[in-house]
Amino acid sequence: MVKSDAIIELREVHKSFGAQKVLDGLSLSVPRGRITVIIGRSGGGKSVILKHMIGLIKPDRGQVLVDGQDIMPLDDRDLNELRKRFGMLFQDAALFDSMTVFENVAFPLREHTRYNETKIREVVEEKLGLVGLTGHGEKMPSQLSGGMRKRAGLARAIALEPEIILFDEPTTGLDPLMTDAINRLIKNTQDRLGITAVVISHDIQGAYQVAHQIAMLHKGRIIAAGSPEAIRESDDAVVQQFIHGRAEGPIEVL
Amino acid sequence: MNLTRPLEAMGRVVMHGLEQAGEILLLLLQTMLWLMRPPWRMRLVFKQMEFVGVKSLNVTILTGAFTGGVFALQTYHGFSLFGAESLVGSTVALALARELGPVLTALMVTGRAGSAMAAEVGTMRVTEQIDALYVMAVNPVQYLVLPRVLASVMMLPLLTIVADFVGIMGGYVVGVHLLGINAGIFVAKIIEYVDPEDIMQGLFKAAIFGLILSLVGCFKGFYTYGGAEGVGRATTEAVVLASVTILAADYVLTALMF
Repeated sequence: MVKSDAIIELREVHKSFGAQKVLDGLSLSVPRGRITVIIGRSGGGKSVILKHMIGLIKPDRGQVLVDGQDIMPLDDRDLNELRKRFGMLFQDAALFDSMTVFENVAFPLREHTRYNETKIREVVEEKLGLVGLTGHGEKMPSQLSGGMRKRAGLARAIALEPEIILFDEPTTGLDPLMTDAINRLIKNTQDRLGITAVVISHDIQGAYQVAHQIAMLHKGRIIAAGSPEAIRESDDAVVQQFIHGRAEGPIEVL
Repeated sequence: MNLTRPLEAMGRVVMHGLEQAGEILLLLLQTMLWLMRPPWRMRLVFKQMEFVGVKSLNVTILTGAFTGGVFALQTYHGFSLFGAESLVGSTVALALARELGPVLTALMVTGRAGSAMAAEVGTMRVTEQIDALYVMAVNPVQYLVLPRVLASVMMLPLLTIVADFVGIMGGYVVGVHLLGINAGIFVAKIIEYVDPEDIMQGLFKAAIFGLILSLVGCFKGFYTYGGAEGVGRATTEAVVLASVTILAADYVLTALMF
């Protein structure tokens, strides 16, 4: 049996940037060992939710709990210990552009393990193989296409085999084949390692494909959360408008 | 109502300046704390030493040579009015060691390396590479700022020695070969009037200038926002703020050390 149902919990989180209220009393719980996909409009604060989970942004009000522990009062050292349990794939991969792909993936290993060079090479090659980038290790990030950058970023995020991986729009801007490949990669990674994944997306088909739980963000709150079937059959007009991609409805598009 | 508006504007400028000074001092404090705490990343420090020091050598040599040369020309013009041509060498050497060597070197390195620091760190900020460091439990002050600051504080005095030396050579070429000052007197007066103390003062200043240019460059980069345009703005602001601060600090340090 799992230790507890929710590994990450956001409780009544409020966050404003200047005069703009981004999160307005948002509550969400992320079940352990499952894939949660957060959907919602672009610019709606989805990335802000992820950054709260890993302590990059502090809430104005409310709590962020990881394994039942509030991360707000943690000092730098404890926060670093916590972060070692996470991996994160950034929207544009955020690869270090002064390093090769190999060095990028090796970076967390060099920082947080005592592996020797042989072991590091072995782990990096394995991760690059998992994301289909075998043989691309010596390239610089600027020489990669968007899809390859995302895959390299994913390899770096899973290098330390973290318990929780956060994906910030892993498929945005990719062609349909690459989108499918990345979705499968997320699903396979989760199946294989039994990790918890939180995925930010506005790709609704992808969400159906990978999610155990889908949560819909609207106006700074989670207005619906449940299994893909439950979301699909939701009678909430906002959810229906979003999943069917209609410009007309309760959400003001323009 | 209209009367208070200029005051308000002035107040805002002062407040902004103070706020920024405070933030830079905080960054300095964090940098110093990380200096005490392992891991020390010598590889990164060496890389920055190469970037700040070795790669600034050409521009330092050119600046030094021309400054020494033109200073010899100008002092010769003045000193010949009252027959003190013999003092051209020592005047050039003193001015270089105490003032021109450290200040001009620092300004050139600000333009070359300080700007690059702001651009590099700023790009890392806007492309989320700094967030990625945090997420991977690596502190960016320790990883990015400390090596740059350490390298600059160590390399600026070395570059200044080069600038001093090349500058005196430049002054020698112009004074002795072009203007016909006696070579023996030129050198003898330098030895007579320039104390090691003068040179040390200049090197101390250079180290402080290195601290200023790297700290300001990293600070502006660290708080960059707004994409490519933001990186451009951060770079410009870093060069302007660092240059002005170096000149102001130069006055204060000189006044204190006299």
